[in-house]
Amino acid sequence: MDEHELPAELAPVVAADAEALNRLGAAFRKRASSEGLVDVAYRVIDSPVGRLLLAATEAGLVRVAFASEGHDAVLESLAATISPRVLADPARLDAAAKELEEYFDRRRRHFDLALDFRLAHGFRREVLSHLQEIGYGRTASYAAVAALTSSPRAVRAVGTACARNPLPLVVPCHRVVRSDGGQGAYLGGMEAKSLLLALEVA
Amino acid sequence: MSLEPSGPGHKQAAPGAAVPPFEVLVTQHGPAVLRLCRAMVGVLDADDVWQETFMAALRAYPSSGNVRNFQAWLVTIARNKAVDHHRKAGRLPLLSDSSMEFGAGAAPFRPVPGSCGSDDVQGGGDGVVRAVEAGETAGLVWAALAKLPPTQRGAVVYHHLAGLNYADVSALLGNSEAAARRAAADGMKALRTLLVPSEGMEHDG
Repeated sequence: MDEHELPAELAPVVAADAEALNRLGAAFRKRASSEGLVDVAYRVIDSPVGRLLLAATEAGLVRVAFASEGHDAVLESLAATISPRVLADPARLDAAAKELEEYFDRRRRHFDLALDFRLAHGFRREVLSHLQEIGYGRTASYAAVAALTSSPRAVRAVGTACARNPLPLVVPCHRVVRSDGGQGAYLGGMEAKSLLLALEVA
Repeated sequence: MSLEPSGPGHKQAAPGAAVPPFEVLVTQHGPAVLRLCRAMVGVLDADDVWQETFMAALRAYPSSGNVRNFQAWLVTIARNKAVDHHRKAGRLPLLSDSSMEFGAGAAPFRPVPGSCGSDDVQGGGDGVVRAVEAGETAGLVWAALAKLPPTQRGAVVYHHLAGLNYADVSALLGNSEAAARRAAADGMKALRTLLVPSEGMEHDG
């Protein structure tokens, strides 16, 4: 759609829109959600590791995304893989937002949220299920996690599964480190991984 | 009522083209659809028609995924919802197909000066005054728009307020692209005259 020049005479009817649009948007989201038309609800929260996108389906939390992943790109990807009925609906993410806030405040060690693992398949999903066995404040090597799986030698595949974890923080891929003691990569960035490991040890 | 747009302005999407998150449609096209609703049913009833438009769009989404021009698609739905609204209220539509001309005796348009800012009290006294003034000016423009002949009004609203290109405007008005362009220009000229009636200005633009 090309941009249209707005004649000055029409400016007054365009100016008063913002308040009305906020009100209409909120009412629309509420109604759409109550009628079951929102397949993916999302909100963005602030956190010590930057802005986080939280997205949920009817089944549960389906995606946590760091700002570095590009939230717009993540939403487009959710629209393509799950459903294009994607709407900002903060209320549907209240529980997830609250638990993450408690986690960053060191008031929560385990997440008690319904999770939707549909974005991880096969071996990747198997790896994610084992990540949840690594307790708060502890770490495990990629090799140790691989040893827990049906493919004990698939160390690199464990690394890939961690790098593509659709639910970072909640499924603690940040607790997986290199066997040589190195921290290893993190999709939220090295700084975020250090911060999380330090937060859990403190 | 069919939600599927038709006409020369609507093209099929390329196979495999991504359907955007519905949120993108709301944030990108919500403002234009609201302007359109206000032009079609007045400021008071525009909220309901806006809601109905986006609810209908969301229900049809993504089966409407072959729509390439989502703005034109939403404008078509909004136009149909406005016609429904007037039909329910026993009135004739303001903007309609060329086959449904706006009756001269009907007065469905009810501009409400000041309504845009009347419930906005948190901005303090100055904010309220500004909002009311803005609302009154807006009311004058809505009233002037309502006085335009239907085709001119349609062309001005669909092009300048809803942001459609002239190909899409002509599809909605049932005329040619050139006629839609001319109607918009004539409509703007008439609107300028209506908005500054006392000043005998030259209209050479």
